[in-house]
Amino acid sequence: MRWFWIDRFVEFESGVRASAVKNVTMAEEHLHDHFPGFPVMPGSLMLEGMAQTGGILLGETSDFEHIVVLAKVPKVTYHSWAQPGDTIRYDATLQDAREEGGMVTCRATVGERLVAEAEIVFAHVDQSAGFGGAQVDQKNFVFELGLLDILDVGKVGDGTTS
Amino acid sequence: MPSSEEIFSTVRDQLVDALGLDDDEVERESTLFGDLGAESIDILDIVFRLEKAYDIKIPRGELFPDPEMLTGEESDKYVVDGKITDAGVARMRESLPHADIDKFAEDPSVDNVQDIVTVQMICNYLETKLA
Repeated sequence: MRWFWIDRFVEFESGVRASAVKNVTMAEEHLHDHFPGFPVMPGSLMLEGMAQTGGILLGETSDFEHIVVLAKVPKVTYHSWAQPGDTIRYDATLQDAREEGGMVTCRATVGERLVAEAEIVFAHVDQSAGFGGAQVDQKNFVFELGLLDILDVGKVGDGTTS
Repeated sequence: MPSSEEIFSTVRDQLVDALGLDDDEVERESTLFGDLGAESIDILDIVFRLEKAYDIKIPRGELFPDPEMLTGEESDKYVVDGKITDAGVARMRESLPHADIDKFAEDPSVDNVQDIVTVQMICNYLETKLA
């Protein structure tokens, strides 16, 4: 499967903020186990969606010359659920961006309702971050080149000819 | 210019946020890596928060020791047999005037380098920077 937990960017203000949406669907295999008879979007995958939105926002500020890695989640709070048929909107705001990494704050909403919010710290793996350097782990990669395809979603227009 | 108590209180609040601690766990003499359980990635988070709290810039290597000395090209001048040399200690004194290098110099082993990073060290740095 492709590890894309956002579907499309709906707003992108370089270096400032970005918003992306994720549609929750019954076609997602894990929802049938999470939970049986009571499908809800797992919090960990919403956190991943927030990290992907924020990680791409951060990476774009340096033209993706650094590899951006999810390094630390100082705070995350879950307020309500997202269910199949919901569209989750992730609004990320860039708090800091520098050679070593950056930080974003992000909110997840369904309509007006707040679903989750988080503070996420990213590190750039080609720079050391403090003593001994940041640990590089395949599982930590916020994005590899494949994920940047999300930035192209919507560019083909809607297919109508008239 | 905030007082020493105000600086300690702000630093404590930032460390509580960054490291998920209770207020009463943070004392002036607490070491970040030993007592407070900080890791290298927390350094980035702490620097962001202090810069934001005081609207200042903290260049790399100015507040926290730069690992360059231990791992860089000249590291054999500064580290011999797991101990920091006199040249290394002198360089630490020069680049980290806010840290208690005298105490470190009593047993300058590489393993003890991270113990110089205390809450008081951060307060000393800010008191000078904000003056």
